Amino acid sequence: MPQAQVTMDVRKVSDNVSVIDVKGEMTAFAEGVLMDAYAQASDGRVRAIVLNFGGLEYMNSSGIGLLVTLLIRVNREKQRLLTYGLSEHYQNIFQITRLDDAIGIYESEDEAVRAGTA
Amino acid sequence: MTAPQKQPRDAAHWARYVEALEVPDGNTGPNVEGRRVVGPLQGFGKMWQKTYRTRIEGASPAEVVGAWRERFPELSGFGEDGFRVPAGGLVPGAVALLGGLSGVMVLYSDEESFTYMTPEGHPFSGWITFSAYADEDGVTTAQAHLLIRANDPLYELMMPLGLHKIEDRTWQRTLKNVAAHFGTNGEVETRVVCVDPKRQWRRYENIRYNALILSVLHAITAPLRWIGRQATSFKPRT
Repeated sequence: MPQAQVTMDVRKVSDNVSVIDVKGEMTAFAEGVLMDAYAQASDGRVRAIVLNFGGLEYMNSSGIGLLVTLLIRVNREKQRLLTYGLSEHYQNIFQITRLDDAIGIYESEDEAVRAGTA
Repeated sequence: MTAPQKQPRDAAHWARYVEALEVPDGNTGPNVEGRRVVGPLQGFGKMWQKTYRTRIEGASPAEVVGAWRERFPELSGFGEDGFRVPAGGLVPGAVALLGGLSGVMVLYSDEESFTYMTPEGHPFSGWITFSAYADEDGVTTAQAHLLIRANDPLYELMMPLGLHKIEDRTWQRTLKNVAAHFGTNGEVETRVVCVDPKRQWRRYENIRYNALILSVLHAITAPLRWIGRQATSFKPRT
């Protein structure tokens, strides 16, 4: 299977919120990287996972599917999934795929982290 | 004056947002016209991830997906009447009708994959992606990948009563046909995972769009509509 063309670095910004900085391409091949990042970002006390899409270069429909499976995992742990850094193009993608029904979209990291802490 | 944002290279592959679907080419599609598209988050039933794969030698991923998209009605077994491709082809945003029952919208399309998204009332809410990629040994793997929930309680009841099997058989048959198109007779590997065993009970109201129920009601009430047309067209002699 082709290699993932994405990196995901995890930052703990507070006791309750972790940020995953996504850089590169979200395709089906990013699954392992994404789930590893989530495992690293999530511990017993984290209540919100924030995805920073400022470094997103490319996403296809399989990449969107990964976000759904991530969302299910997050909800199972009674956590919330939030995002920021989405370009107008990717905000439109979230709208047409109706991911914006369930994943919060924010303008900045501060806003997303505040929403995650609330 | 701010510089326009540079569009990423996937920009042309995605459908544009529409509030409601329109049936193309003057066709009739009452269970599609005016409906919203729905993803796996908007459905009622358990969420399933189903993956069907087969290996195809002697063809690149782009060749496999190109043929698959061009010959979709034939390779899927639905036929031209069962899957009506719009005049412009299966391009992002295109709406294809599924017989007289429902339809799908092309959410995404590039050289190596294309994805359908379903409308309200379809048996499933979700996405199905047809794709191909080169394995480490250079052989192409063709794949159909579904991420779906049953759209409403009635369809959810039908899942263990045959809907699961119909879905499996449809896409296993499709992949065999795709492989046969390229002269290969490989086995189809099937993997089914229940991603979310919880039903979304708050989505029970999706049943108001159920295409099966509405189609049956439409057929049953046809005589009444005929009578109504006769009554309004009757003009007494003066």
